[in-house]
Amino acid sequence: MNIDNIKKQFPIFNNKVQNNDLVYLDSANSSQKPQVVVDRIYDFYTKEFSNVGRSVHYLAVAATNLYENTRVLVQKYINAQDSNEIVFTKGATEAINLVANTFGQKFLSEGDEILLTELEHHSNYVPWHYLRRSKGVKIKFAEFNSDGEVTLESIEKNITPKTKMIAITHLSNVTGAILPIKEITKLAHSKNIPVLVDGCQGAPHLKLDMQDIGCDFYAISCHKMYGPTGLGILYAKKKWLEVLPPYQGGGGMIREVKKEGITFGDLPNKYEAGTMATAQVIAFGESIKFLNKIGIENIEKHERELTKYGEEILRKNNSVKLIGNPKEKGSVLSFTLDGVHAHDIATILDEDGVAIRAGHHCCQILHDKLGLSATARASLGVYNTKDDIDKLNESLNKCKKIFEG
Amino acid sequence: MDLKELYQEIILDHGKNPRNIKKSDNFNKDAKGHNPLCGDKVHIFLKVDENNKISDIAFEGSGCAISMASASIMTDLMKEKKEIEVNELVKDFLEMIKKNPELKSKILGESEKTKLMSLSGVKKYPMRVKCATMAWHTLTAAMKNSNEKDKFKN
Repeated sequence: MNIDNIKKQFPIFNNKVQNNDLVYLDSANSSQKPQVVVDRIYDFYTKEFSNVGRSVHYLAVAATNLYENTRVLVQKYINAQDSNEIVFTKGATEAINLVANTFGQKFLSEGDEILLTELEHHSNYVPWHYLRRSKGVKIKFAEFNSDGEVTLESIEKNITPKTKMIAITHLSNVTGAILPIKEITKLAHSKNIPVLVDGCQGAPHLKLDMQDIGCDFYAISCHKMYGPTGLGILYAKKKWLEVLPPYQGGGGMIREVKKEGITFGDLPNKYEAGTMATAQVIAFGESIKFLNKIGIENIEKHERELTKYGEEILRKNNSVKLIGNPKEKGSVLSFTLDGVHAHDIATILDEDGVAIRAGHHCCQILHDKLGLSATARASLGVYNTKDDIDKLNESLNKCKKIFEG
Repeated sequence: MDLKELYQEIILDHGKNPRNIKKSDNFNKDAKGHNPLCGDKVHIFLKVDENNKISDIAFEGSGCAISMASASIMTDLMKEKKEIEVNELVKDFLEMIKKNPELKSKILGESEKTKLMSLSGVKKYPMRVKCATMAWHTLTAAMKNSNEKDKFKN
């Protein structure tokens, strides 16, 4: 796997950012896009555009086929049993909202419990929070340990006869902990509890096999997977999509509409109301092909090595404190720097072309528990190199110098 | 060069050792400011006397060097100022930090103006302007004794 060749496929790296070579360490926030994905959007709009699933003219049929091809590519990529288990949404946030809303409507009542973890991104907490008000459900949080991990035991301890859903992250966007989602699913299923996995950080970095993991729902953010913004995927087992009510109403999701009543369309159309993000779906097919060409196993190996290198380098820097030390860790390096607030770090690094994220990373529960208002986070993608980590470290030393005078 | 303008000695000093950072029961007005995007927080406490003059001012909070330095310098400058002067200074500062090259108000002396102008480097960093303005918006809310401005904006 030749990183130089891979990096060349991303046009953003051909241009200087504020007169600097870009050191992009914010892929957990959103990844950069390879040329093939950008071109696919352009080509679709310039040569092939039509709405999908409605008209019978040539362009409409061709566009529908392209759109459905991506569904099959995604199905194979995550090894889902059926392509009808792949629902396109406007993002992972909408995917989780879809489940919280429809599952809540149909299956939850007062006193029922939803089990989350303290690692969750706001998008896997806020949608469930609404059910507190509308249904009177309780939300519990499985604790993370001093290494920033949530263990199977921590989940087990929090399950009660009232637990009706377990919704957990695959990979923490702050500590980098990879959760044992297969074991958690097995445990949950032994107690008849469905499992939703927030796969925003898992999907771009780890090999996915839905049939092996066994989870009921898995939410994916396409823009973190070298794909376009405005697109997410909900994987849901067919048995759920068949029994849950539709999420939004509109065109494309119905079978028959009469003054007296309405019947809904087949899967997955039942969950895809209105005109979808057609160009983005079609372009996302190219993201999957791009990932397949390199091989997710190779990406995983490259990123693990780089994460390890990053941990080594940052540990050697006495002023840096890494957040979390999980045994199974994804490509996220969150840290604090003695005497320098995360926002000041981010501004100073930016002058050197080093793009990181600073703040609570949409994880206030986690930051509150750590007693921190903000942390700095460098996150990796397929295009990053050891050189990027070295530049990060150099810039961190510059921060220290500025603040220590 | 821009970084040196942003992180001037005086900013680093006030950022590291903020003045007037304390909590006291001896206040009659207060307001909280919060930037939900980054988690920065400030709580301004005022003692306003019967002539509408700030006889004491303090703050509590956490945030970046810019936000802490801004709150620290602001609280230094606002002591013994009347409400009408406070309003003029807040307006002047907010206009300077967004567009005006200089402070226009005649209320402050030259050395005080220099101190306040040390925050002007923020102009070149649009994403950081909110760090510098949070305390000032919160002061306005505190004068009105309201937390309405909790939803802090630029």
